[in-house]
Amino acid sequence: MIEDLAFIGQIAVKSSIAVLLATLGEIITERSGVLNLGVEGMMLAGALCGMAAGVVTGNPFAAAAAGALAGGLLALVHAFFAVTLKVNQVLSGLALTILGMGLTSFLGRPLIGVRPGVRLRAVPIPGLSDIPLIGDIFFQQSLLAYLAYLLVPLCWYLLYRTGAGLKIRAAGEDAAAVDAAGIDVFRIRYLCTFIGGIGAGLAGAYLSLSYTPGWKESMTGGQGWVAIAMVIFATWNPLRAVIGAFLFGFLTALQFYFQAVGMELIPAYILKMLPYVLTILVMVVVHAGPGRRFGGPAALGIPFSREG
Amino acid sequence: MAWRIEKRTLSGERAPWWVFPAALFFAVFVGALIFIGLGVNPLEAYAAMLKGSVGSFFHFSEVVVRAIPLILTGLAVAMAATMLLWNIGCEGQLVWGGICAAGTGLFLAPHLPPFLVIPVTIVAGAGGGALWALIPGLLKAFLNVNEILTSLLLNYIAIIFMEHLYFGPWRNPEGFGFPGTAQISDLARIPHFLGTRIHLGLVLALVLAALIYGGLRYTRWGYRVRAIGLNPRAAGYAGFSIRRQIVGVMLLSGALAGIAGMAEVSGIHFRLQQGLAVGYGYDGIIVAWLARLNPLAVPLAALLLGALIVGGEQLQSLLHLPASISMVLEAVLLFGLLLSETLARYRLVRRPDAPDRSAAKKETAP
Repeated sequence: MIEDLAFIGQIAVKSSIAVLLATLGEIITERSGVLNLGVEGMMLAGALCGMAAGVVTGNPFAAAAAGALAGGLLALVHAFFAVTLKVNQVLSGLALTILGMGLTSFLGRPLIGVRPGVRLRAVPIPGLSDIPLIGDIFFQQSLLAYLAYLLVPLCWYLLYRTGAGLKIRAAGEDAAAVDAAGIDVFRIRYLCTFIGGIGAGLAGAYLSLSYTPGWKESMTGGQGWVAIAMVIFATWNPLRAVIGAFLFGFLTALQFYFQAVGMELIPAYILKMLPYVLTILVMVVVHAGPGRRFGGPAALGIPFSREG
Repeated sequence: MAWRIEKRTLSGERAPWWVFPAALFFAVFVGALIFIGLGVNPLEAYAAMLKGSVGSFFHFSEVVVRAIPLILTGLAVAMAATMLLWNIGCEGQLVWGGICAAGTGLFLAPHLPPFLVIPVTIVAGAGGGALWALIPGLLKAFLNVNEILTSLLLNYIAIIFMEHLYFGPWRNPEGFGFPGTAQISDLARIPHFLGTRIHLGLVLALVLAALIYGGLRYTRWGYRVRAIGLNPRAAGYAGFSIRRQIVGVMLLSGALAGIAGMAEVSGIHFRLQQGLAVGYGYDGIIVAWLARLNPLAVPLAALLLGALIVGGEQLQSLLHLPASISMVLEAVLLFGLLLSETLARYRLVRRPDAPDRSAAKKETAP
């Protein structure tokens, strides 16, 4: 029984890391007032570039960094259109997703079936990994998972306890006021969109370097969209992002568990659907839940221009 | 005399004529850069794409074949967007249309009078798509849940279910392990024209485009939809039931995408199999915005995208470039459209020599 729990728990955490990283990034982006629906495309770019850099350099850090950078660079395309040109952010984000899907499908062709140059294997943390159950679940993960653990409180601290975080949140609530205070709204929004891209890129790199090493077309399987939904579920709070990501990971893990045990308790295709159904359900809960203030940034998706 | 960039004051519905050509030029230009980066002569690449898409009657007929589902998903997106709804779930609705059409063709057709088979198939396809779109529609109307995310996530669920059907209970027992259902009954196949693969779906799509154009423009329902799209709050004050309109428009939008899936199954594949969900739902977004949400312009935009897709496939067979280059070009085209629409918001005006500022200052100084 304990072994089963440890097994499910470990895979649940493993399956939640990509969504968690992408959610954290998108929270920062949206907090600054920019809606970037290109997460899926940026994740794919991160996955492909991470894997490719791994093959070329053989260095896991260079691989992860390349993945993050790829996501960040794509995000800058969105920033240019959304912040500078002030176009419809939904359309620009969708275009970015299509661009990411097309580019990775196109450029990734030679990498299909290639053995990944590096893998980020699980690194047990001495001491912590010996704790029964907890150690198995949380502390026998890859380095990117530990990075995600650290980023949750860090993002929260950044947003709620630093001057920079105050500026970011203010830019997402009332950009004109921020501008009047002499702070550069454009710079904040560019930077936050870039950070969001880094998060999505890292999430993709995690998939291609650690979770399912190797490159496969559309290997993100909608996790980018799940992440955007989880931002709403988390009500734009990095600490709550953990819950959404873990729920997603848990339902993904159930598939592996039933497969491993060989039980056909629930048909495989229903299990496969569950993470997506859950993501829709959590959004419904946020909107229908009793007495919850639905606190999205007031200026989310609204471009700022000085002329008014 | 000095030139100055000025924001247009009237943001009327009409954009300058050059918006679309400029977007196309941008896409062609960026595409050329990509080809050069790949070590391919861009002229050669574009020549191959042109020849492969409009070079002969047969090739052009293939473009039309691709344009059929694109017209329908383009109309679906445009119809919803007219009321500020984002139906990004056309892919899933298309899949459900295909599932219902295949189900009708496989299991229901033998029990129906022959003349009823095709009408029932069409209705089933439209109904399947409409019901799948009802979920995000109801969630949006009554709980204000973001329809972009719900409709999109439902795509994945629909595809998983379709795969379950043709890998599992609906799998062709004589298919030698090939994933797909058996062929649908001959009676359930929609007619083809001119010895090509162009099928009845084209007629349906064009008639629907005209109907939606007329419906939006000349009926009370269309007036409401457009009014809500222009200003939801004012329309609410005017007593329009916004909820009912949201649900209704999503149902219609889903039905259009469902018909696209039905036509693919009953006109092209004749069975449910891999290759039904190839992205026509997502392409519909680009078609709708290229057409500036005008239902009558949708077929033209769909033809262009169809040509891009067929042209991309030609690149694969002639120059051995992956066909997904067309997806990259689609995205670049959409970005190009956003870019040129932004430019259109400004205009270059000539103004007389700037007045002497210091003089003006003096006057206002106390």
